[in-house]
Amino acid sequence: MRPFVKHDGLVVPLDRANVDTDAIIPKQFLKSIKRTGFGPNAFDEWRYLDRGEPGMDNSKRPLNPEFVLNQPRYQGASVLLARENFGCGSSREHAPWALEDYGFRAIIAPSYADIFYNNCFKNGLLPIVLPAETVDKLFKEAFAAEGYALTVDLAAQTVTTPSGEAFGFEVDAERKHRLMNGLDDIGITLQHVDEIKAYEARRKNETPWLFV
Amino acid sequence: MSARTLYDKLWDAHVVHVEPDGTALLYIDRHLVHEVTSPQAFEGLKLGGRKPWRIASVLATPDHNVPTTDRDKGIADPVSRTQVETLDANCHEFGLTEFAMNDARQGIVHVIGPEQGFTQPGMTLVCGDSHTSTHGAFAALAFGIGTSEVEHVLATQCLWQKKSKAMLVKVEGTLGQGVTGKDIVLAVIGRIGTAGGTGYAIEFGGSAIRSLSMEGRMSICNMAIEAGARAGMVAADDKTIDYMRGRPYAPQGAQWDQAVAYWQTLVSDAGAQFDAVVELKAEEIKPQVTWGTSPEMVVPVDGRVPDPAEAPNAVKRGDWERALQYMGLKAHTPIVEIPVDKVFIGSCTNSRIEDLREAAAVAQWALKQRRKVAANVKLAMVVPGSGLVKAQAEAEGLDRVFTAAGFEWRAPGCSMCLAMNADRLEPGERCASTSNRNFEGRQGQGGRTHLVSPAMAAAAAVFGHFVDVRNLS
Ligand code: SF4
Repeated sequence: MRPFVKHDGLVVPLDRANVDTDAIIPKQFLKSIKRTGFGPNAFDEWRYLDRGEPGMDNSKRPLNPEFVLNQPRYQGASVLLARENFGCGSSREHAPWALEDYGFRAIIAPSYADIFYNNCFKNGLLPIVLPAETVDKLFKEAFAAEGYALTVDLAAQTVTTPSGEAFGFEVDAERKHRLMNGLDDIGITLQHVDEIKAYEARRKNETPWLFV
Repeated sequence: MSARTLYDKLWDAHVVHVEPDGTALLYIDRHLVHEVTSPQAFEGLKLGGRKPWRIASVLATPDHNVPTTDRDKGIADPVSRTQVETLDANCHEFGLTEFAMNDARQGIVHVIGPEQGFTQPGMTLVCGDSHTSTHGAFAALAFGIGTSEVEHVLATQCLWQKKSKAMLVKVEGTLGQGVTGKDIVLAVIGRIGTAGGTGYAIEFGGSAIRSLSMEGRMSICNMAIEAGARAGMVAADDKTIDYMRGRPYAPQGAQWDQAVAYWQTLVSDAGAQFDAVVELKAEEIKPQVTWGTSPEMVVPVDGRVPDPAEAPNAVKRGDWERALQYMGLKAHTPIVEIPVDKVFIGSCTNSRIEDLREAAAVAQWALKQRRKVAANVKLAMVVPGSGLVKAQAEAEGLDRVFTAAGFEWRAPGCSMCLAMNADRLEPGERCASTSNRNFEGRQGQGGRTHLVSPAMAAAAAVFGHFVDVRNLS
């Protein structure tokens, strides 16, 4: 996994609440058995005017000019600004895969759905929670100023605006450590093999029917 | 020891290790696997040179991509077929139990787990699927995980988790005729919103919940995720234990008695503290119909489509306006005047035998009135949740009732719940659906979904628009 320490990036404001993972990556793209290549189909139904199917040449499809990601001023954005309950719905990890593949490194929203939030950390994507009023302020600034970029510093746990205003955010110590070092969860867990085996031995004794 | 919630008990029993910040390594007893969220996990396992930790903990089945007709002809769409074949190959390679597409026991993961007795009280159970919350109906801690976590559980039998807060949703009283578990859970989501349960594990309790069958409880826990909670659960009681008896994977002999004694402890202690409590009166719950593109956009069947001008805040007003536009609806339209083009009875929310019986009762009623599926309804399909549900329904003659009344009787799978197979809505089509998500495009691009109970869906098929099932008699 790509480590995340500090990132400076253009912001794209996606002004909708309850954006679900079906919208982030529609189900027809879940048929892939790969982990990569979902970026061109991120927000497919909002982004293109035709109906997307796997295997299409996305560069030839008609774009929806209304959709914020398609507007010229937001090309190359890597920080996604969103509203409450972002990533609700299906548990598909294809959603963070698609966002990461599109080029996003961080998301800022007042709240996220649990599974999506969790999945982001496993894919080098940092989901930042800021109070709704702060997010609202960032939306206004992003709409007002072309080229609006934010600096996300995971070590310091701050988001800094172009004017130098900094907002602190919370993140679990353990998640932060893993993300900053790009650590693989399985490797870490396997350092606890003895404890897992001891747990199994005890449970086999107490609840033997679980182990037949 | 101080009074503990059911969630505390399930959690405590599975902690292997705790980090200083409270993140726990939790042991996972059971792992359900399907074709959509597993290929990348198996690939990761192979790349890492790893093997599944405990083969007996895994049960796999293809459900999302399988066709519901002409199954003997295989899967027409090559991409869907590859995904199903990849699951077959992975299960074969690692020696995992799979109910393959043409196995009589194949079905939606959340239907076959309980049906086989693979899901048991007191367990931790995960699946790469958000509706894993369904299994909490058995006083189990069950939740959906992402693909990286699927790989993690395969490799280590554990997951890193932070404990959630505990919420009690208490429904006291007696449910009215024609009101089901589905209506309860839609009413709960209408009350607390789709993010109301975020950060919580919800226990559903109270006399109305205890009065429900295991099927009804599963429908409720299934949609805990639509309220934002990763896990939903119901305390164990005699119904839970009766349901387990004689199932293929249920404990046998002396172990059965030992298990039952343990299961009986799986309730919240008197005086246990919850971080939040939500109370509903069963008598006040009516059959529910969603009108928008989020499960919280729901009203009773005798209600009307709401007016965005009356939304509680500006963000919601925008959401409501967008939802009405997508759904092709006008504010103030009575729900019972909304016509439907298609009807879908199925999904892991409502495709168990009891659900099919409730829908068939309406079809039977229609036949007595010399009615059938209404002329304006292009398709009314019934998709059982598993091969065994299908066989049971056929043994009871439900399939004949459905087909006589003009419904199509299909083979088991997820089907039009998410339209990954050939079953889908066309743009602009409106559907009465017993599934759990009414998001934009969920049942096909441009499709419009209204979530309802099985009886309400069947009644909408017969009348061609929504009707209040309480008025049929
Ligand atoms: S029936 Fe629908 S919600 Fe349930 S597992 Fe299948 S696709 Fe998911």
